[in-house]
Amino acid sequence: MGKILAYSGLMEGKEVTWMPAYGPEQRGGTANCTVIVADEEIASPVLSSYDVVIVLNQPSLEKFEPKVKKGGAIIYDSYGIMNPPTRKDIRVYKINAMDTAAQLGMTKVFNMIVLGGLLKVCPMVSIDSVLKGLRKTLPERHWKLIPMNEEAIRKGMEIIEEVK
Amino acid sequence: MAEKEVSLIKGNEAIALAAIRCGCDGYFGYPITPQSEVLETLAAQKPWETTGMVVLQAESELASINMVYGGAGTGKRVMTSSSSPGISLMQEGMSYLAGAELPCVVFNCMRGGPGLGTIQPSQADYFQTCKGGGHGDYRLITLAPSSVQEMADFVDLAFELAFKYRNPAMILADGVIGQMMEKVVLPDFKPRRTEEQIIKECPWAATGRMGRKNPNVITSLELQSEVMEQNNLRIQEKYKKCEENEVRYEEYKCEDADYMIVAFGSAARIAKKTIALAREQGIKVGLLRPITLWPFPTKEIAKLAKNKKGILVLEFNAGQMIEDVRLAVECKLPVEHYGRLGGIVPDPDEVLDALKKMIK
Repeated sequence: MGKILAYSGLMEGKEVTWMPAYGPEQRGGTANCTVIVADEEIASPVLSSYDVVIVLNQPSLEKFEPKVKKGGAIIYDSYGIMNPPTRKDIRVYKINAMDTAAQLGMTKVFNMIVLGGLLKVCPMVSIDSVLKGLRKTLPERHWKLIPMNEEAIRKGMEIIEEVK
Repeated sequence: MAEKEVSLIKGNEAIALAAIRCGCDGYFGYPITPQSEVLETLAAQKPWETTGMVVLQAESELASINMVYGGAGTGKRVMTSSSSPGISLMQEGMSYLAGAELPCVVFNCMRGGPGLGTIQPSQADYFQTCKGGGHGDYRLITLAPSSVQEMADFVDLAFELAFKYRNPAMILADGVIGQMMEKVVLPDFKPRRTEEQIIKECPWAATGRMGRKNPNVITSLELQSEVMEQNNLRIQEKYKKCEENEVRYEEYKCEDADYMIVAFGSAARIAKKTIALAREQGIKVGLLRPITLWPFPTKEIAKLAKNKKGILVLEFNAGQMIEDVRLAVECKLPVEHYGRLGGIVPDPDEVLDALKKMIK
């Protein structure tokens, strides 16, 4: 999802960085990546705090909730979260992406549903750029899957809800 | 002119693609995190089918560096890459390459040590790279990229410098630059040199005797001390020229600054963010980023430090480059160090805290 977001930024001619945690997290736990999309040259690819954080499991929530900027947003999927975010100085959004993906029988586009949710609450790139990015990075034989991805993004935009 | 294509790729991938594009003749390597994408990208690109570049996964780091020694002896543009523990294994080979005055490029994507350490980013191989590593009086021409674009640009530059001074050149990066994806414009294609060009440009190389009176012998061994001293003096003379001509650095917002951060590679990127945060709070601070770690921008740092109140050296290590900064300014002003160890990358806020602590 992070990579797709970075490619979408590239499609809009923005400056982008994508920095993964490539260590032992890759085998479970708090696997994460930092994506920066900016109009100006990006200084540090490593950040102290974030505008928006997407968390998909409990350890990640515990690690990253404190790092959301005041007034920023956190998006979580209740599937992997037992104890939802508690901070009152940030916007909290819930997206039931895992359940929705299963209901629609398209579990593989779970990430695109979450991305759709992100783009609803933080329209940092357009859907068109996401689709253009997919076309750019996917081999042509997989292009037939792009409409399914678009559907998933729109579904995500529909089902994300703010938790008050 | 048509606009050049912008790609979004990892630093390690940029090294591999740039190698193919700059007429590299051979890559010999052994996989290790966080730089395995170099070998993986080369294998996926199959340059042996296009440019004729050889790509070989050796049986070990020792084998890799000695294959480089062999290739370099024939005047070819050859390279290897590894990460800290693997680079340690190559030190004997690098000393031999420097002793035999052979050009080559080595890419080190540093990870946390000592020992097998961790796989996360680090800058703890500064001493090893700039102060020896292997035995004997030798230096490595060392380039420290701080962006994926520089990763792509420095491969050709490293080859140029290596051949100009007939000495190994090191590209010293870390896991951050190796693993991150960023926008990059890849260098133009440059064909591999022909045998005739190599014979002409590298009269020292073992290219076949071809009617020459005496064979070219590539060796670092010389049992007569008097001759060996002359060999050493010749190498030192070469290093002096390199120090005079090849210093590269970036100066950022130093002009009006009261304080200066000195940092290289990805640490310099974090420093730039810290500088933005500090300036919002009215603290005037600038950055000096050495691009060549050897030759080190000693004179430039001394010059810029003249009207400063203090210098913070930011490194992902326990304090290595700080020694060269202190020597540069002859301890005329406070020089403090901030760093994180073992693979932890400091964030811009904690660097700002360190800066404020120094000012207080």
